[in-house]
Amino acid sequence: MSIKLALPKGRFLSPTVNLLSRVDLGFSDYGSETRQYRRQSAKFPYLSAKIFQEKDIPIQVAVGNYDLGICGLDWIEELLVKYPASALVKVSSLDYGEGNVHVVASNQAGISDLDELLAKQNDWRMVSEYPNLTEAFALNLRIRRFRIFPVWGAAEVYPPENADLAILSERDDIDLEAQGLVSLMNLLPVTAFLIANRESLENKDLSPILSCLSSKLATKAQISSSVIASQRRSDPITSHSQWQRKEIKLALPDGHQQPPASQFLKKAGLNLQGYPSRAWIHRPSVDLDWLGIKVIRPQDMPLQVATGNFDLAITGKDWLQEHLYRFPSSPVKELLDLRFGKVRIVAAISQDISAANINELKLLIQRGKFAPLRVVSEYINIADKYLRDNYVSPYKLIPTWGASEAFLPEDADLLIDNAQTGKTLAQHNLKVIDVLFQSAACLIGNKDSLDLPDKKEKMEIFAQILSARLS
Amino acid sequence: MENLRCKGMRDLLPGDMLRFRYIEDSFRTCCLKYGYQEVRTPTLEHLHLFTAIGTLTPSMLSKVYSFLDWDGWGGERVVLRPDGTIPIARLYINSLSEHEIARLFYVTNIFAFEETGKQNRERWQCGAEFLGGAKFAADVEIILLVKDVLRRLGLNRSELRLSHAGLVKALIKELKLSSSEEARVTSRILDGDWQALTQAKPINPELSKLLLRLLNLKGKSSSFLQNVRAISQQASVDFKSNLEDFINITTLLDSLNCDYEIDFTATLGFEYYTGVCFVVLADGEKIGGGGRYDNLVPLMSDRNTPACGSALYVDPIMKLLSPEGEERAEAGILIEGEKPTPRILQKCFALAQSLRGAGYTAELSFTGQEESDYRWAILVCEKGPSPFVVTDCKQKQQQDVASIVEILNILGE
Repeated sequence: MSIKLALPKGRFLSPTVNLLSRVDLGFSDYGSETRQYRRQSAKFPYLSAKIFQEKDIPIQVAVGNYDLGICGLDWIEELLVKYPASALVKVSSLDYGEGNVHVVASNQAGISDLDELLAKQNDWRMVSEYPNLTEAFALNLRIRRFRIFPVWGAAEVYPPENADLAILSERDDIDLEAQGLVSLMNLLPVTAFLIANRESLENKDLSPILSCLSSKLATKAQISSSVIASQRRSDPITSHSQWQRKEIKLALPDGHQQPPASQFLKKAGLNLQGYPSRAWIHRPSVDLDWLGIKVIRPQDMPLQVATGNFDLAITGKDWLQEHLYRFPSSPVKELLDLRFGKVRIVAAISQDISAANINELKLLIQRGKFAPLRVVSEYINIADKYLRDNYVSPYKLIPTWGASEAFLPEDADLLIDNAQTGKTLAQHNLKVIDVLFQSAACLIGNKDSLDLPDKKEKMEIFAQILSARLS
Repeated sequence: MENLRCKGMRDLLPGDMLRFRYIEDSFRTCCLKYGYQEVRTPTLEHLHLFTAIGTLTPSMLSKVYSFLDWDGWGGERVVLRPDGTIPIARLYINSLSEHEIARLFYVTNIFAFEETGKQNRERWQCGAEFLGGAKFAADVEIILLVKDVLRRLGLNRSELRLSHAGLVKALIKELKLSSSEEARVTSRILDGDWQALTQAKPINPELSKLLLRLLNLKGKSSSFLQNVRAISQQASVDFKSNLEDFINITTLLDSLNCDYEIDFTATLGFEYYTGVCFVVLADGEKIGGGGRYDNLVPLMSDRNTPACGSALYVDPIMKLLSPEGEERAEAGILIEGEKPTPRILQKCFALAQSLRGAGYTAELSFTGQEESDYRWAILVCEKGPSPFVVTDCKQKQQQDVASIVEILNILGE
C-alpha cells in the first residue's frame, strides 16, 4: 500500500511545515528551499508527498493522483462550485488561514454594498483568479450582464479603471483600504483544509496519517503575516486620477520579470519611479507625462491589451502566442522584439521513455503505452495546437499554474514548458524532444489604438525609445 | 469496445429517427393548421439573455454550457441554447416586433449539463409560442394545440396538470418576506421544493391554512377555483386577479370538454412564467409543459408584448411510441448487377434513376447479401433479349423482362 500526499508551496508552506513537524509525519525537509518536489516520509515508509502550486492540489486529489492534500478553502471551492460531483472530500479545517475571499470595488466607484451594486444596471467587468467562484457569485446574485476576466494574479490592480469588481483573497479590510478597495461581500474564509480523494477515503486505510494529523488539529498554528501586511501599506506613486488622464496606458510585468524589464527600460533612458518594487506599488511613474503604467502579470497582458484596457505592454512572446491561439482575431500584435528574457518553449518527457522525438512518442501512443497521453502545461492553447498539428491522439490536457515539471512522470507524460538552459528539466530527469519556438520579451500593442492618430504617434515614440536601446 | 461518444450525448439511429420524424411531422402538421409559422434559432446565444431575474433560476444556470467564443477576449460569454422559449422571444424582438401578434413554432435541441451523464445532456423539444396573445383565450389555444398533437400521436392517456405561476407568486408575496428571503423561497419552489412555502412563517395564520389547502387539494374543474375564491376573501388584490384569470381559463376549457387536473405544484422550474402554466404527463413522466410569460419580452426590450407557449419533449415521447414506427416507411426495390462490370453498373444506376423518377424507392446492392425485406428485387444482366429478372419478393415469383418501361408496368400493376 502507498499513500500519496499533495503539499502546498507558497502562502501555506510555512504553517504547513509547522503542522507537519508537530504531527511528525517524517517530512523534515519539506520546507527546504529546493526545486526537488518529491518527499519520502522517514517515519511511514508507504507515505510519500509531492509539492504543488496550491491551486493544482484540489484537482490532483479529485482525479485520484493523490489520496490526501492540504490547500486553501478558496481553491477547493473554486473546483467544487463548477464540478460539485468531483471526488473530493473536505476532511477537516486545519485551523490556520489567511483572510477571506472578498468581492471588492474601488473606493472611488461609489459602491459600498451589494444593494447599491444591484441597483445599477451595468455591464459589470469582474476580474479574478477565481473565475468559477466569480461566475457563481454573479449568477446567484442575478447580475444580469457581466464579463469575467480570469487573471493569473494582481487582481487588486484592476479596479476601478480596468474592472468594476475584483474577487480576491485578502487578509483584512485594512489591507484592502491600503489599496483603495472596499469589500462588498465576504465570500468565504481562506482556511487551510485537509482534503481527501473520495475513493481513497472509502477504500484505503489512511487512518495512521489521518489520526496523526487530527491529534494536533486543536492547537492553532499561526503564520507570521505581519511582514505581508506591512508590505502592502504603500501608496501608489501615480494616483488613480493621474493615471486616468494618461493618454497611453502601458502594462509592465510583476514578479521575477521586474528586474530584467526595469533594467532594459532604464538603459533605454526611461526614468521609472516605483519599478521594480517589492512594496506593492502597482502604478509606478515615468518621466513621460502622457504614459500611465500599471504592473500586472505578463500572462494577463495580451487579453488586457485586446480589451483596450492597455495600449501597450511588455510581455513574453510565449504569452502573446498563447493568447492568439485562443483568440485568433484578437487586436493585439507584436510591435518590437526586445531580445531579453530569451527562453525556448519545449516539449519534454521523462528520460526513462524511449522516444527521442514527437514521432517516436506517437508510435508509443499507437502501441497503447499511453491511453491517453497526459499533457501538462501552463500554456494550454500552445500545447493544444502543438498536439493537434502533430496529429497526437488521444491526449488530455492538464492545465497547471507553475512547477509543471513536478508532474512528470507520475501525474503526466508530456510537458510543454519554457526552458532557459534546460538545467531544471535535467534535474527532474526530463529530456527535450522538441522545440516549439523561441520566446523573448516583446512590446505588444492594440491595433485599434494604432488606428487613432494621437495614440499612434505616442505609441510609436515609445517603441522608438525602446528600439534605440536595441540598436 | 470503448465508448467514443461524449458522456450524456446520444445517437439517434434509423429507428429512432423514424419516430423522431413522426413526432416532428405530427407537431408541424398541427401547428400549421393552427396558423403557426416555423422558425429556427441559432445554437449559440449570449449568456446574458438567460441571467436576468425572471429568466432561468440559478440552479438551471449552473448547468448551462457557457464559454468564451473564439473572439471572446472581451469576456462576454456565450451558451449552447439552454432553453427554447427565451431565444424565440429574442428572435421576435430582433426581427418580428413590428407584428403585434406572432404565432411561431420550432423543433430544436437544448443543452443542460446533467451530472451523472446517464441522462441526456442534449434534449430535443417541439415548441410553440404565441407572442402578443394577451387574453386567456391564447392560453387555451396553446393548451388545445398540445392536446391535438398528443391525440395525433396516439398518446391519449396523457394527463394535463394546470397551475398558475401568478397565483403562486402572489401567495409568496402574502408571506411578506424580505426581498432576499422571497427570492430564496421562489428559487426553492421553482426547483420543486414546495416545503419552502409551508416552512416560511406567514404573518397571517389564515393564510397558512389557505396555503396548505391549495397545495394538498387537486381540482378537476373550474368549480374548485370558484371554491378557492369563496374561501380567500382576505387575500390580496394581486392574488384575486390571478385567481380570476385562472377561473376564466378553466371555465373555457370545461366548456370545450378538455380534461385537466388543477395541481398548484405542477409548475415548471422556469422563472419566466407569470400566469397559467401546465405540465403534461404520460406514464408518470413529464412529456411537455408550458405557460404564460408576459414579462419576458419587456425584460429584454422596450416592447410590452405578452406571450404564452408550450414545449413537447421529444425524448420521453419517443419512448412511448410503439416500435412499429421503426419499420421502413416503404418497402423498396433492390437492384443487383449480375457482375460488377462497368457496363452492368451503368445499367443499374440508369434503372435506379428511372425507378426513383417514377416515385419508387430503389437501392443498389453492393454486397449481394442485403436483408431480404424488399418488395421487389431486380437482377441486371449483361446481354440477352431480357436483360432484367424481376422478382416479386412477396409472391415469390420471378420473370424475365426486356425493358425499363416493362418493369414500370409490372410494378404499377
